[in-house]
Amino acid sequence: MNHLAKILLIAALSASAGLSAAKNTELLNVSYDPTREFYREVNTEFASEWKAKTGQDVVLQASHGGSGKQARAVIDGLEADVVTLALAADIDAIADKGKLLPANWQTRLPNNSTPYRSTIVLLVRKGNPKNIRDWNDLVRPGVSVITPNPKTSGGARWNYLAAWTYAAQQSHGDLGKTKDFLARLFANVPVLDTGARGATTTFVDRGIGDVLIAWENEAQLAQSEPAGKDLQIVIPSISILAEPPVAVVDKNVDRHGTRKLAEAYLAFLYSAKGQQLAAKHHFRPSRPDLVSPEALKAFPNVVTVTIDKAFGGWKKAQSEHFADGGTFDQIYKPSR
Amino acid sequence: MSAVFAKLAHPWRQAGPLPGLGLTLGISLTWLSLIVLIPLLALLIKASGLGVHGWWAIASDARVWAAMKLSFGTALLAALIDTVIGGLIAWVLVRYRFPARSFFDALIDLPFALPTAVAGIALTAIYAGNGWLGHWLELAGLKVAYTPVGIIVALLFIGLPFTVRTVQPVLENLHREHEEAAASLGASRFTTLWRVLLPQLAPALLTGFSLAFARGVGEYGSVIFIAGNLPYVSEIAPLLIVIKLDEYDYAGATAIASLMLATSFLILFALNTLQRRLSRGQIL
Repeated sequence: MNHLAKILLIAALSASAGLSAAKNTELLNVSYDPTREFYREVNTEFASEWKAKTGQDVVLQASHGGSGKQARAVIDGLEADVVTLALAADIDAIADKGKLLPANWQTRLPNNSTPYRSTIVLLVRKGNPKNIRDWNDLVRPGVSVITPNPKTSGGARWNYLAAWTYAAQQSHGDLGKTKDFLARLFANVPVLDTGARGATTTFVDRGIGDVLIAWENEAQLAQSEPAGKDLQIVIPSISILAEPPVAVVDKNVDRHGTRKLAEAYLAFLYSAKGQQLAAKHHFRPSRPDLVSPEALKAFPNVVTVTIDKAFGGWKKAQSEHFADGGTFDQIYKPSR
Repeated sequence: MSAVFAKLAHPWRQAGPLPGLGLTLGISLTWLSLIVLIPLLALLIKASGLGVHGWWAIASDARVWAAMKLSFGTALLAALIDTVIGGLIAWVLVRYRFPARSFFDALIDLPFALPTAVAGIALTAIYAGNGWLGHWLELAGLKVAYTPVGIIVALLFIGLPFTVRTVQPVLENLHREHEEAAASLGASRFTTLWRVLLPQLAPALLTGFSLAFARGVGEYGSVIFIAGNLPYVSEIAPLLIVIKLDEYDYAGATAIASLMLATSFLILFALNTLQRRLSRGQIL
């Protein structure tokens, strides 16, 4: 027994030593799926800028996955210094359930804490054989639509709300007609992937579906790959301004002593360099004045609504549409 | 620790020729409790936060039922097919010598080693409408990927090693003399198979079946890629659990988990009992 106690003590000591070894020059950015390529470049650029400024070597790590899953991981103890997720609702959850940052986190940085934005567009096959021009073409019989499951994918929630915006506008706010439109749209969905990347793969690589509802950045990325070079982007008559926000996780940075580094990291995203990198990786910069007009040509004009104006913010949208028993559960009656 | 169990174990200790029952029983029970029982208990406690009423509201939900039926139905069917094919493969590997036999023998274990997501993606690529096999199957009118058939294909893949590997060692230890005796006494080949071989193989076949089935019920990684995940059609119960988790509905998720667990336990318990009787020769 004495022996066992000694072994346990040694194990406990070495474990705590391992924990405290995490230095204040290490930063973990917990992000969502389609930002992989973007943050890989941001991290390299920021590290060299920080080194030039302070002489300090920093180790930047990024974790990617479905936005909701990532938020849950942070709540359950993944020690993120900053979170850069697909929608405010997921960071709200970290504030509400994890109590890791204050509820007003979104007011702390410019533009709703959103350094880069995107919107929701339609991606169709070469030559647009089904002649898809707008959202109402997606409910036509015989059109097959690919979009992930809004329950498991942050991107899919933006997709859903973009379609909802169109339907509500067409029916002048008639709730029954709007729900009916979305029910018809989802009756045309043959595969509900769990994440945005999965849906892109289903559409581009498996050749399933006539149209993919996607983030603009994801659609442009798909076009830049060999398998997707013939795909065409269709800009719908109205869409939603997708704002993937960023935040410092207060409790974690204070424990790690990384607040300064974390704040500088997020400020970098708003800098000219950060904005140019965002544009390069198909995100719409929130400060277009810092980016060359050449780079901005990739982003055509889109009529968009914002989540705050059209849906009363993410908290309300989340509970009305995507919570258990919300409108998504109500409209979902798959064809048997 | 073990001393305590040894004392506890004493009243039931049977006089046997081998020493060490107290020690081994103590280690076994402690280990089982730590690794299996405590996590399961935590699950039940979390689910019990809902109360009976809340639990039943989730358990009786039509969508949950559809997912449960799909998960258990496809797992049963896949395990059944795997048992027949796995038995056959084991027979061929044990009884015949052919070129590249050891290569095929090693191949059997691959589904064990492969990360399930890789299996799911590979199977989907092959069976989708634009894949090698899926293309021809679709021309023949059979859609595999993104339908429940796809789920069965994925479960067949991951379940196969269980059935082959449980039957193989038993087959290797079977005496050919039994078959020869049966034949010399005038039994037809079918009678030999049915009356002589099958009773000896049945317990192993059943074990393989249970393992493949249990694995199939809980399988998530490979299935979500090929299933299509449409509610009421191709949405498996483990996916519903993940959806509940993404809604931060931990209690709801554990409610479905506990329902799956109870159902699996009942089925496995029944299979185990059947298996014990088979090996004691009380049936067949």
